Amino acid sequence: MSAIANRLRRRPLIAELLAQRGTALIVPGLGSPNWDVFAAGDSPDYLYAWGGMGLAVPTALGLALARPERRVLAITGDGEMLMGIGALAVVADQAPANLAILVLDNESFAETGGQRGLTANLADIALAARGFGFTRTMTVSEHGAMPELVRLLFEIPGPALAVAKVAVTKDPWALPEKDGAAIAYRFRRALGLGEG
Amino acid sequence: MKARNISAVCTVPDGGLSLLLELVAADAAMRLVTLTTEAEGIGIATGCWLGGARAMTAMQSSGVGNSLNALSLPAAFRAPCLLLVTMRGQWGEFNSWQVPMGQAVRPALEAMDVKCFPVERAAEVGETFAAAADLAFMSRVSAAVLVSQRVIGAKGFGRQ
Repeated sequence: MSAIANRLRRRPLIAELLAQRGTALIVPGLGSPNWDVFAAGDSPDYLYAWGGMGLAVPTALGLALARPERRVLAITGDGEMLMGIGALAVVADQAPANLAILVLDNESFAETGGQRGLTANLADIALAARGFGFTRTMTVSEHGAMPELVRLLFEIPGPALAVAKVAVTKDPWALPEKDGAAIAYRFRRALGLGEG
Repeated sequence: MKARNISAVCTVPDGGLSLLLELVAADAAMRLVTLTTEAEGIGIATGCWLGGARAMTAMQSSGVGNSLNALSLPAAFRAPCLLLVTMRGQWGEFNSWQVPMGQAVRPALEAMDVKCFPVERAAEVGETFAAAADLAFMSRVSAAVLVSQRVIGAKGFGRQ
């Protein structure tokens, strides 16, 4: 396992990225990514999720296919990404130019007590993405790569995937709206969609 | 599917779906999304609806077992979810490995509050699919059309 003392801090990282998202739609995965995004401020463009582990990337893919004119960013963790790792093959196959994925990799199941995760040893999600057909990937472990990370996630044609090696931190709770119907209603209204 | 404005079909293919999937793939106005596991299709279709498009997932009955927790997503969002399931493990099944999940499809789906529309006769497939699609997309619930092996023919493994 690599030393994690100098790792990126997830909350400032997400806040800085979201400040530069432009009009991108954000799909945070359940657990910590959900709290990180809400802690940086609320927006109808954020599709909060409280369950369905493994589905952040498929949900973001569906959204990206339905709204090709909008950038879509899925923000997930190493645990959720590995649970749904096959979705990277689907994304590569569909090749949406407007979809990017950010994996906050803390090498542990931090939400459930800090149990060791599989990326702590040999598993490399960015390498797996390349194996599935992604050509635009990067792994970030220091703040200096921020401009390149912003370009990958929000500017260059996708699909793109970044792994950010982040520290295990004790961040204060930041809990967004939990009612999925209310989240979906607000999200769709902001896209100009009605009931149906 | 086209009459109900479904623009994307997500699938782990099944023999009983092959002609339908060929038609989707050949249609320039539709998108075929090949999956690694059926649960992805439920996430993709939910994301499509959140973005204003209609999608569905087509699978073999064994895929229902792979999808169960994913069904939480459309339920929580009050999003439509439409499944087309070709059944194994029931009518004339040759392969005992298909029987446990095949027999559990309906109780498992109903435990997740998915409205089930079984079809036993080929003539009823079209109207049943239309009814299930309308229920799913207009009432925004989860619905599954379960097409029996009696309609698609039991897989013969060279015996027939």
